[in-house]
Amino acid sequence: MSPDNAEQQATEVLERVVIRFAGDSGDGMQLVGDRFTDVSAAFGNDLATLPDYPAEIRAPAGTIAGVSSFQVHIAGRDIVTPGDAPNLLVAMNPAALKANINDLMPGGAIIANSDAFETRNLDKAGYLGNPLEDGSLSAYRLYSIPMTSLTLEAAKGTGAKPRDAERSKNFFALGLIAWMYTRPTEAITGWIAEKFGKNQIVHDANVAALKAGYNFGETAEIFEHAYTVPSAHLPAGRYRNITGNLATAYGLIAAGHQAKLPLFLASYPITPASDILHELSKHKRFGIRTVQAEDEISAAGMAIGAAYAGHLAVTTTSGPGVDLKSEAMGLAVSIELPLLLIDVQRGGPSTGLPTKTEQADLMLAMYGRHGEAPLPIVAAYSPSHCFDAVLEGARIALKYQTPVMILTDGYLANGSEPWLLPAAADLPDISVKFQTEPNGTGPDGEPKYMPYLRDPITLARPWAIPGTPGLMHRVGGIEKQDVTGNINYEPSNHEKMTHLRAAKIAGIANDIPPLAVDDPSGEAELLVLGWGSTWGAIQAGARRLRADGVNVAHAHLMHLNPFPANLGEVLAKYPKVLIPEMNLGQLSRLVRAEYLVDAKSLTKVQGLPFRAAEIEAKMLEMING
Amino acid sequence: MAEPVTLSRKDFSSDQEVRWCPGCGDYSVLTAVQLLLPEIGILPQNQVFVSGIGCSSRFPYYMNTYGVHSIHGRAPAFATGIAAARPDLDVWVVTGDGDGLSIGGNHLIHALRRNINITILMFNNQIYGLTKGQYSPTSEVGKVTKSTPFGSIDHPFNPISVALGAEASFVARTHDMDRKHMTEVFRRANAHQGASFVEIYQNCNVFNDGAFDAVVAKDSRADMLIDLHHGEKIVFGADGEHGVMLDEFGEAHVVSVADVGLEKILVHDEQRPEPSLAFALSRLASGPYEPTPVGIFRAIQRPSYEIELSRQLAAVQERGGAPDLDGLLGSGNVWEVV
Repeated sequence: MSPDNAEQQATEVLERVVIRFAGDSGDGMQLVGDRFTDVSAAFGNDLATLPDYPAEIRAPAGTIAGVSSFQVHIAGRDIVTPGDAPNLLVAMNPAALKANINDLMPGGAIIANSDAFETRNLDKAGYLGNPLEDGSLSAYRLYSIPMTSLTLEAAKGTGAKPRDAERSKNFFALGLIAWMYTRPTEAITGWIAEKFGKNQIVHDANVAALKAGYNFGETAEIFEHAYTVPSAHLPAGRYRNITGNLATAYGLIAAGHQAKLPLFLASYPITPASDILHELSKHKRFGIRTVQAEDEISAAGMAIGAAYAGHLAVTTTSGPGVDLKSEAMGLAVSIELPLLLIDVQRGGPSTGLPTKTEQADLMLAMYGRHGEAPLPIVAAYSPSHCFDAVLEGARIALKYQTPVMILTDGYLANGSEPWLLPAAADLPDISVKFQTEPNGTGPDGEPKYMPYLRDPITLARPWAIPGTPGLMHRVGGIEKQDVTGNINYEPSNHEKMTHLRAAKIAGIANDIPPLAVDDPSGEAELLVLGWGSTWGAIQAGARRLRADGVNVAHAHLMHLNPFPANLGEVLAKYPKVLIPEMNLGQLSRLVRAEYLVDAKSLTKVQGLPFRAAEIEAKMLEMING
Repeated sequence: MAEPVTLSRKDFSSDQEVRWCPGCGDYSVLTAVQLLLPEIGILPQNQVFVSGIGCSSRFPYYMNTYGVHSIHGRAPAFATGIAAARPDLDVWVVTGDGDGLSIGGNHLIHALRRNINITILMFNNQIYGLTKGQYSPTSEVGKVTKSTPFGSIDHPFNPISVALGAEASFVARTHDMDRKHMTEVFRRANAHQGASFVEIYQNCNVFNDGAFDAVVAKDSRADMLIDLHHGEKIVFGADGEHGVMLDEFGEAHVVSVADVGLEKILVHDEQRPEPSLAFALSRLASGPYEPTPVGIFRAIQRPSYEIELSRQLAAVQERGGAPDLDGLLGSGNVWEVV
């Protein structure tokens, strides 16, 4: 069903476009967004996506609380964010219009399902009149289309009952948008066949709706023309679209592979991290053991047990789960075993905003354990970068025999972007050797295993796993004597061990790349320092300013504990430092404390990522200020 | 095949000084385990002892095996991780009434439900010893302790009933005054495939001395301990004059054999698929001051977690062939940019 007459069709070429699909949470907007993303990726556009959905599985239909949306930014050039303001809003009901209209760019287009704009739905959304008819949307290009009735009409003859056929209206919308942006639809029909092939009626109704939407665009003559967004000139190679959670799961599988260790995941379901558990549970072929634990504490305990037993052990969660795991993490710090704790951050405190993003767990990661209990922290900065962050976290955990926290967030987890596929052969070898022979001598003069005899360079202790003859030893949370690991309460020993544990983590700074600074002119006075998912918005803001001839530098931290060794030098080079964060200034506080730098903080805690424009405005204010 | 190795207690004893209070019941449990292990013949390097926090949880430090002294109440979780990752290991959990039934109650019931292959030894002394004498979830109502100067007001757990309620596949009780009994119960528990739960009446001579005297003292045992034997009539007393009978509601009662006749006396069946009979037996005594069953309440076979987990892995690997990382990363819609 590709546009046979695509060549003749009048099209306008756009460099980029931001589309937001919005509807009731039962309207299938995430599905439509995913499919549109998929065909755009295959078309060769660069892209970034931002799903936004309510915490409730089915909030009351038709209400603002029940609105689910999916924003996709497609471009013919390299882009880094899902876009600030949509150019096009698809609103499947009044609530979706009301919840999203303020984000639409001035003069943007609205495609509304006019069938849904009846009294009951208007009331539920809090509209006094019908905005499609009362002129209140005159600042926009409004296309009112009776999508429900057109879908019902199209589905006649498929055997679908009207109530079921109505549910295909999201495919009508998808078909229409596919026409508008000259997307080929074969991949969508192929996907429908794969997904609904077993249910012929649903399959037929969805295909009929998709075609009807596409043909409507072509024949209705209400649109001036269609648009094309040419493919982007991305670096050569093989690409796929990937979300942060999928990249995290793949990173874990790759880490097990590159460490030559079986992967063990213990996890308790929690939004927005559960997808990692789901994904890893599929790949038993790689020898991955996944256990759904009875609670978050147990998940951490099981993972530590598996680490003691010689597996690459992981537990995945979000903020509330990290709270519960803190005592176990302290034990992992004390018994010095490799462990990955992945925190897909969400809005807090407490239950907070489970489906929304935030990066307010940095202090929790740094200090969220009793006693002096340092551990390395690695943060991913884009959906595909989750893969690299996990591999790096695993490398550190194994080499330094330490638990590592990996921070992603809801935006990275569910957002997506094209990923230049790495070749397995090019991934680093992160394997370590188990201890197999005694490394010391006991009081009786016999060879004896000393579980806390450290590597002189890394300060890591050896990893001797059960089943190894002659190396039987006990580890536990009570303070251990240096070298022997025996229980020890001596004051000087505790102080020595506390310093050793701290020095081991601090020393990792010598084993991570120096912080790179993106400062093309070399003349910037303002450095914007970020971490995590703010990367795209900071980068986009900086590019805009540079396009206007304004100099600004951007550096982004992947390692948050320890910091790269050159961070102090980098900070000292710039008279002005700005730290944007989706929290109330946590990195900013760490940097100020550590380097005595007067870093300014830009904060946002709305459960939504920064817009490039917000960061751009703050940069300008500081440059001119 | 490796040469058969003759092991002794020394092979399972670590070089660390045992630091329980003199006279503590924990010593006799440690001795029983250290004497049993050489007989079982599993090498020390293949044994892992995991504990939580509490007096009994110091146990792993005294064993010359692998061991983890973990955090309060969580030993079953750590042990589950070890056993699920490494089904080749022999994994033990040492816990107490506070560690296992209070702070760690959730992990205990889920380990039993999951039927992971671990042997749980729960030292029940009906008191918090390490924190110096607060009442525990197995203390009798009215217990006067530092935290309950007017007597405790909450109803205690019956550990055997809890384990049976979680449908544990192996449930037993023994006591620290009878090493032979302990040894035989531990042997059976360890040989059991799946999660085994053993409650050990253990005397805390400092904070709760004599808590079990009414049933375990040498001169009380005949009349107060009901030793369960699979397939045998449940009788006790010096001359077998007492017995256990079920009433019309399925509840168990102690009766005089002479009064009801031997044919009415219940025959113990530890292998009944339903836990109801074992549960009825667990309700015979409401505390260690009434005739109390010891021995094996329940021992049934059902699939154990780590074996099923390994079976799923093996089945997929057999079907799917060798893992292919490049194939995985490049799955789904892939496009080429030239």
